[in-house]
Amino acid sequence: MKMMQDTDQELQELRRLVEQLPRESADEISELQQKIRDLEESLKARVTAWDRVQLSRHESRPYTLDYVSRIFSGFREIHGDRRYADDKAIVGGMAYLDEQPVMLIGHQKGRNTKQRLYRNYGMPRPEGYRKAMRLMYMAEKFNRPVICFIDTPGAYPGIGAEKRGQAQAIAENLRSMSQIQVPIVVVVLGEGGSGGALAIGVGDRVLMLENSIYSVISPESCSAILWKDQEHAREAADALKLTAEHLHRLGVVDEVVKEPSGGAQDNWDEAAALLKNALIENLNHLADLSPEELLEHRYQRFRRIGEYLGNS
Amino acid sequence: MAAAIISAPGRLRASRLKLLPSSLSSIMARMAWFKRDKKAIQTPVDEERTVRTEGLFTKCEDCKSVIWKKDLEASFFVCPKCQYHFRITARQRLEVLFDDGNYEEFDAELRSSDPLEFVDKKAYRSRLDSAVRSTGSNEAVVNARGTLNGVPTICSAMEYRFIGGSMGSVVGEKITRAVELALEENTPLIIVSASGGARMMESFLSLMQMAKISAALARLHKARLPYVSILTDPTTGGVTASYAMLGDLNIAEPKALIGFAGPRVIEQTIRQKLPEGFQRSEFLLEHGMLDAVVNRREHRAFIYDWFDFMGVV
Repeated sequence: MKMMQDTDQELQELRRLVEQLPRESADEISELQQKIRDLEESLKARVTAWDRVQLSRHESRPYTLDYVSRIFSGFREIHGDRRYADDKAIVGGMAYLDEQPVMLIGHQKGRNTKQRLYRNYGMPRPEGYRKAMRLMYMAEKFNRPVICFIDTPGAYPGIGAEKRGQAQAIAENLRSMSQIQVPIVVVVLGEGGSGGALAIGVGDRVLMLENSIYSVISPESCSAILWKDQEHAREAADALKLTAEHLHRLGVVDEVVKEPSGGAQDNWDEAAALLKNALIENLNHLADLSPEELLEHRYQRFRRIGEYLGNS
Repeated sequence: MAAAIISAPGRLRASRLKLLPSSLSSIMARMAWFKRDKKAIQTPVDEERTVRTEGLFTKCEDCKSVIWKKDLEASFFVCPKCQYHFRITARQRLEVLFDDGNYEEFDAELRSSDPLEFVDKKAYRSRLDSAVRSTGSNEAVVNARGTLNGVPTICSAMEYRFIGGSMGSVVGEKITRAVELALEENTPLIIVSASGGARMMESFLSLMQMAKISAALARLHKARLPYVSILTDPTTGGVTASYAMLGDLNIAEPKALIGFAGPRVIEQTIRQKLPEGFQRSEFLLEHGMLDAVVNRREHRAFIYDWFDFMGVV
């Protein structure tokens, strides 16, 4: 990570230098630009899966509401699942993406100890997933697109959550989201923690920020189960192929959204601007599809995921 | 009981003495109440006992009573004394459900390609090989078609012995195919779950199977075809959080462990002991998460009546 930062500073200086050079010195500029490209490549190659895991959980990384205030206008939050409680680990409500009203739903983490407890570390209980589903049905009723932001270590493993049907709530969302007749764009902002992430993740387009991760299990837990100790989390991170780049290459994530160099934590405004462009572009792609086409595409999007031997 | 007293008088007396205050018991232990002139009858140690009765008898894992294996098989591997449900294989399950134990398997040839070339302490590939060898199945689910009281039915039965019944690409694909076949043939579907959840060694691909199967089940639901989910010991993680909880009927075997997070994970998170019976079938029934807890011997009759209600008989 230290080396990464050094290289990153060097890069920024080079970029400044290029901008300051007079237009006449074309040779020098192209030489410097080549150097910038080389540095960028080597920087990228040096970022390990474990680095991405750390970045995805970086304490200064923007969370859902940080993006909401920068990308959308007029966010009006609504609360509760109308059955049991309001889960603070998932926020949701209407907002305008430029002129377009959308339903916005996302995991929310806290930034200091008090907020973290209030948001339960971004780990929803069943009522959070039920609230999310209620909001999606409302979006469907009024024909507005849905945007889901994923950023959770996972669904909360607690006694109350189990009693109230954590598994049932997630399962219900997976089935219901596959039938929602308005466009759904999903973005993994930071941590995509297993079923707790997927429960608001069944969309027409699934995007990941450059330094986000998405996995069936955390590298730490994977190490504990398969290596029988906590020491192999780095290796587990590699083996799980949980980075945006890997998953995009596997063809299971539709797009990797670029972050400011060094990571979203260094420049929230730029990170938000980049994400906003991606959201507008993806929603425009989906706008022309009929509800039937939308559902068929969404079905096929997940239907084709999985690799195996034998007849196909 | 009488036999026990004759064969092991020493053991019995010692256990009674434990109930006395320690000072008194130590005095009494030194007193010889009866003089033993014959050698005590030798009883074989546990190990020898199992060897001698192997193939004929088995011990109930719960009430410890000795059961004649033929009796156990006849009762679908449910203890005749205490109703303890032994874990059974996917193929035994299909024999329990289908008429005369007859079924036709499909999609048997599908197997994992180890898409991520996953290696931990052991290579995933070698884990797969040994699972195939020990279970005789290519994967952790067996797809079959047959009849239940004459009703043509599709069934996917999970095999817990195959890497903990974990769900990877193949399990996801096979179950999705079973759902799609039920749709195509207009037949009811039964899925029997026995699984620790999504398979780590296929990482994201495993996770996505939850969405894939659930989406297929949404189509089955829309087509108004019956889907019965049977949850058996154990059903946890991504399997519970997808198809196992999506049945028109979610029924469980008695005392099965069912949950999203495993009990150890919960204990570590909340740093508390879990209440007695937590995450067992009866607990879920009490909290409204199951339609019924049904004894394995009653499964066919229970499902058939509901098939009748659902209009497929």
